[in-house]
Amino acid sequence: MQRNTRVRLCSLELENTDMSTPYYVSPEQIRQDKEDFVRRGITQAKEVVVLEYRDGLLMVAENPRKTTFKVSEIYDRIALAAAGRIAEYEALRVAGIRESEIKGFRYYREDVTAKWLTNLYSQHMGAVAQAWDAKPLEIELLVCEVGATDASASSGLQRNQIYHIAFDGIYSEEEKYAVIGGRAIAITEILERNYADGLEMPAALQLITETFQTVEADAEDSYEITPETIEVACLEQTTARRKFRRLSTDEVTALLS
Amino acid sequence: MLDLDDYGTSNFFQILKRHHPELLTTLDSPDFASNARTAESSFLPYEGTTVLAVVYDTGVIMAGDRQATEGYQVGERRIQKVYPVDRYSAIAVAGAAGPCIEMAKLFQVEVEFYEKTEGVSLSLEGQANFLSHLVRSNLELAMQGLIVLPLFAGYDLKRHRGRIFKYDAVGGRYEEGDYYAIGSGGKDARTTLKKRYTPEITRQDALEIVAEALWDAADEDIATGGPDLIRKIFPTLYTITEEGVAEIPETTVEELYRELISRL
Repeated sequence: MQRNTRVRLCSLELENTDMSTPYYVSPEQIRQDKEDFVRRGITQAKEVVVLEYRDGLLMVAENPRKTTFKVSEIYDRIALAAAGRIAEYEALRVAGIRESEIKGFRYYREDVTAKWLTNLYSQHMGAVAQAWDAKPLEIELLVCEVGATDASASSGLQRNQIYHIAFDGIYSEEEKYAVIGGRAIAITEILERNYADGLEMPAALQLITETFQTVEADAEDSYEITPETIEVACLEQTTARRKFRRLSTDEVTALLS
Repeated sequence: MLDLDDYGTSNFFQILKRHHPELLTTLDSPDFASNARTAESSFLPYEGTTVLAVVYDTGVIMAGDRQATEGYQVGERRIQKVYPVDRYSAIAVAGAAGPCIEMAKLFQVEVEFYEKTEGVSLSLEGQANFLSHLVRSNLELAMQGLIVLPLFAGYDLKRHRGRIFKYDAVGGRYEEGDYYAIGSGGKDARTTLKKRYTPEITRQDALEIVAEALWDAADEDIATGGPDLIRKIFPTLYTITEEGVAEIPETTVEELYRELISRL
């Protein structure tokens, strides 16, 4: 609350002539404050890992809920993984589906790309983060697109793509795997050591669950990783038009045994 | 910034109407309709012809011929009139080809949009009802002669059977229990189906009567295309069962017709 007041005072500075000492906050300070504010929220968010495996992209989240998802289908080849406040990314998920469908309806389904959607989200999140009268979105997103069937596809746009968007709209392209959520750094460090190219789905899933287990073992309030407490979905190169598939608890159990 | 006001609207048609009406001109524009009327004598839209659906013991078959006509001319020999909608439903269209294809495409996007935003599939009955709205929204064009009539079929996962829905030009929705056929050769196809259909018919028998019904429609109706053995163009057939929508491979359809011809 106090933070918002400061931001507001800054923009109203010139009008507040009756104040004896104008309250000045530097732009750097505003940005830093907003970042601290979001970081406090994000550190509590459970993680989502997106990882390239032999046939596409595997997406796994720590999530014991059965109907509220952190990973979801956007369009034929595109999925969204999110960490942070559900209400905030839920609105972006639906807007992403809508904009994609409109674009695909107007032109052609293949014209809808993760790069385009990432820019759309990035612009929106950036605008919210910079607005003086709004709080930044307390979310992090991974926009993922599965590549063409041929794994050796040379063109950049035919390969798997993972875009990591921070709360302020700044995004980066990631390869092999990407992690969002509170302990993203710790998880990335473990994946750095253990990731191998061309893993089959069971091995890839095993790697992610073991990584979660390792991180959870160190946690104070440890959370047990079982097929019931994780959410698993994938974007498969081999399936028909709609590449997104959610794996049921039974399928996950079978893959992990 | 992204417009987040439409959150809660799982209705894609509504979103297009509100924000992108230009994308719906073929379906809902009085200007287009009156121009089509004044140009009527010289302007003939492509017309699609016979499509049908037959319920069998474990599902439903949906099929259509491949020809579109332009007046008394063949406009297109390989047009598609049957389109899968979601995993368990399909739409077939008869009437003015352009608006027909547009309606099928919009309907498919609508159902998928609902499924993705809501996280659950739209029920078969819900899909059938929504299609009523689409047909009704096309009323203006229908009055000018650019009619679009769909036939809708799917596998009802709750009731464990195939179901068929037919429509009238003003959006009336009627369920058919066993079979139905629409389009210029629809009546001929229905006659064959009426004589050959038996309740709880098997998949193979149903495929045979579907092939025969389309054959008879092509035989009686000049606008309906029959199997073209020289160009290898055959009607499209889809089955919809508990396992989902599946297209019958062209080779299988060819066999059905070769066998039918040998029996003639």
